[in-house]
Amino acid sequence: MSKIELINIDKFYGDNHVLKNINLVIEDGDFMTLLGPSGCGKTTTLRVIAGLEKPQNGRMLIDGREVINCDDAYYEEPSKRGLNLVFQSYALWPHMTVYKNVAFGLKIKKLPAQEIDERVMNALRLMRIHELCDRYPNELSGGQQQRVAIARAIASNPKLLLLDEPLSNLDAKLRIDMRSELKRLHNEMGTTIIYVTHDQVEALTMSTKIALFKEGSLAQVAPPMELYMNPIDLQAADFIGNPRINFIQATGRLENGRLYVDSDLGSYVFEKEHFTNEPIPEGQFSCVIGLRPEQVIIEEQPSPGAIEAKVYASMPAGSETLVTLVVDKQELLAKQIGLADYHINQTVYLNIDPNKMNIYDEKSTRLIKLAV
Amino acid sequence: MKGPARKPLTGKRLRNLVLNVVTNPFNMIVLISLILLVCLIIIPLLQMIQTTFTLAQSELRRVNGKVGDFTLYYWKQLFASNLSSALLWQPLRNSLLIGIITSAISVPLGALLAWLMVRSDLPCKDFIGMLIIIPYMIPSWCKSMSWLAVFRNERSGTPGFLQGLGLPIPDWLAYGPIAIILVMTLHYYAFSYIMVSSSLRSVNSELEEMGEIQGANKLQILRYITLPLVTPAILSATIMTLSKSVGSFGVAANLGMRIGYFTLATKMHDAINNRQAGLGYAMALLLIIMASGTIFANQRVVGTRKSYETVGGKGTRRTPMSLGKAKIPLLVFLAVFLLLAMVVPMLILVMETFQVSTGRGYGWDNLTLYNWIGEVDPNSRTNHTPGIFRNPVFINALWNTIKLTIISSVITAFSGQFLGYISSRGRGKWYGKTTEQLVFVPYLMPSIAFSAIYLSMWSVPHLKGIVPSLYGTFTVLVLTSVVKHFPFASRAGTANMLQIGVELEEAADIAGASFWRRMGSIVIPLAKQGFISGFMLVFISIAKELDLIILLITPKNRTLSYLAYTYNKDALPQMADAVSVCVLVFVLLSYWIAYKFFGADIGKSWG
Repeated sequence: MSKIELINIDKFYGDNHVLKNINLVIEDGDFMTLLGPSGCGKTTTLRVIAGLEKPQNGRMLIDGREVINCDDAYYEEPSKRGLNLVFQSYALWPHMTVYKNVAFGLKIKKLPAQEIDERVMNALRLMRIHELCDRYPNELSGGQQQRVAIARAIASNPKLLLLDEPLSNLDAKLRIDMRSELKRLHNEMGTTIIYVTHDQVEALTMSTKIALFKEGSLAQVAPPMELYMNPIDLQAADFIGNPRINFIQATGRLENGRLYVDSDLGSYVFEKEHFTNEPIPEGQFSCVIGLRPEQVIIEEQPSPGAIEAKVYASMPAGSETLVTLVVDKQELLAKQIGLADYHINQTVYLNIDPNKMNIYDEKSTRLIKLAV
Repeated sequence: MKGPARKPLTGKRLRNLVLNVVTNPFNMIVLISLILLVCLIIIPLLQMIQTTFTLAQSELRRVNGKVGDFTLYYWKQLFASNLSSALLWQPLRNSLLIGIITSAISVPLGALLAWLMVRSDLPCKDFIGMLIIIPYMIPSWCKSMSWLAVFRNERSGTPGFLQGLGLPIPDWLAYGPIAIILVMTLHYYAFSYIMVSSSLRSVNSELEEMGEIQGANKLQILRYITLPLVTPAILSATIMTLSKSVGSFGVAANLGMRIGYFTLATKMHDAINNRQAGLGYAMALLLIIMASGTIFANQRVVGTRKSYETVGGKGTRRTPMSLGKAKIPLLVFLAVFLLLAMVVPMLILVMETFQVSTGRGYGWDNLTLYNWIGEVDPNSRTNHTPGIFRNPVFINALWNTIKLTIISSVITAFSGQFLGYISSRGRGKWYGKTTEQLVFVPYLMPSIAFSAIYLSMWSVPHLKGIVPSLYGTFTVLVLTSVVKHFPFASRAGTANMLQIGVELEEAADIAGASFWRRMGSIVIPLAKQGFISGFMLVFISIAKELDLIILLITPKNRTLSYLAYTYNKDALPQMADAVSVCVLVFVLLSYWIAYKFFGADIGKSWG
């Protein structure tokens, strides 16, 4: 249980600036996910927090205690920070049994044998692998190895648990099982968790907060649903959400405190109360409408306000159906729950709630109108 | 992009900076290793270079000046005197001739054998494949002994096998360039074989099958697909063979000196033995420049093309190519080749140790165990040497060899793992690169030139006697063997350490394990297997070494290889053969143990 503060952290590899002025506060008990494409600095951030990398600038506090101060070249050793880490590769010691892997850190802390045994078995039981304790890592499946790695990390009762893409080596089914397992673990232990992933579904489903990285900087820090509903710029919007968000070219104009937007879909007016704090340009300007595929509702019969569209392709997948549509020259992706069948070139009618649209200023790429 | 800005240096920052470096044992190990490497490799080299420009006592009667003066005498004598031709140009020509012809024969031979063994449907491949690499396990000087056992003529005093059959063997066949080239070819073809066959194994046979589908015939597939893919390996093998054969001493000495045929390596040995150390060192430098030149050329030419790594995760399944009608003739050719190149000479070598006088056949009256267990007849005037197992000189040499081999290979293997640890953990960092480069330097030097460096370094005390002169001690033999094998050992160590993921250590670091604890509990247990197989290969390589220690050996610390060399020079062929057979048995046995119990792969040895 601890609060982590990163203050103006900079990390260079040679001349390569990999972390750019990172400021991040992780509250006690948070499940914070560091999300972003590969090479964006999320793992480096995690390793800085763990103490495996030394940043060149900035400070880091754990519960107000300074563990990094670059001005003084002070870096507290990883083992003194009261945290533990689960590696992407699991990093299980192949020459030790499951039991010994989990017990190693406790032995180094010179805990009494009985307490070690208790803690190891508790951790193994929590991960439901206590019957495997005499096996060697190479005798385990990927999912079991994963559980051992987590058991090893939690056996020392860390105040902070770091997880580096822990599910990326598991197959799709196991990954979903482990997601719920981790979410329960967080709930039961109440430990602060920092979780690195490039998989947005993991991030959205498990976290209490997501820090979205972009090329070494933090793009947005927000709870998952907020991040999904209102990504802060075009890139974030593009990254979050699967299938990806529709971008529709439009022109905007600010008049009497209202935003008028014209596009192939039609014309819309937005009230001031839903604006963000971003400045809106004067006069006419290019903007982009962001529209989630599930917000495009397809109807086979015309109704007032519905937009006529043609089916370009229909892709039923059982539980959902993706439909590519064309309105004038604008291509649009719709997601419909359940089975549906449209034939190619069929004319359909789209029902779209303008309140669910995000509006971005094309020039600054920033979000200017929130979806509500 | 710019790196981080400099920070003002406060007292606290300075204290922490120093603490960060000093409290990390890894930093200390790197520091100590770098210092040791500089002392053991760079300083001796510089010292030798300096010696070639410094006037020595022995030259005072020829040159004006006093001991220690700067002089160009040695270099002038070498390059621009009336002795130049005999000292430099002739031996250099001989060395190059031997090197070039040896490579020209042994590389195609090795490549052909490799192709037959890996890609064709030749029968009995496993058995033949094993026989083909045995020559590489046998020290090359042993092979020259068996050449002599077959081809010796009356010039050596004792006739060889063929001469004994009544065939007059001319000098040009028994000794000199042809003999040297053939013997070296029989050694180095196996080197090419190993390199090319491992490259061929990595070629996915689907690449060839695709050629077949496109309608290419076998010859076209070989010419346009297979050969270009293994070209880097063939080029490498050529250059390495050239570099090794140009600098090799043992074979050239055994087969050339008898008729005054010198290579640069034997001439250098001669000069140093004749108390012309400055001259000898200058020659050693030339040898080093030649060898390192070829190796750098190799890296330039092949380094850029090595990117054809054709290994894939799957599809390494191989369908052998049918040889058709050529199968039987090729099999016969191979059998005859192996018989003539290996079995027969070795047999004659062994048989010679049982002969009373060489070249007189194997009748009962000419067979004896004297050379092995005979006692000196006090009435004999001609024979003063007892059979080797009763000879204290042999027992001493055997003991020395075992001692030297074990001590050196243990030290080498440990250092190799440590150096490997530093280079693998320092990948991309300055100290990793520096270590890798420093460790590589001995590889650039022919063994005999390397021992010349150590001779020049250790024949005088340093730092006013704090570092004593080590010449004539056992220590200097150990030191030489260890440092010369650094490149191989540390490469094996690096490969071994790279298998141990850094994350395994980081996980222990987070768990609170100190550096030494991480070493003891994580790194060493995981490195064990690789360590042992690396150790065995170094062990064998040191056991058969002659070139490396010949300049440093004194009567007190002779080894078996050296003893065989001396006996041969002293016209005691049966004794020399007996000693060679002992070395042979020792080496082959070690290989067998290494392979059987520790999974060591001879293909990884640098012989």
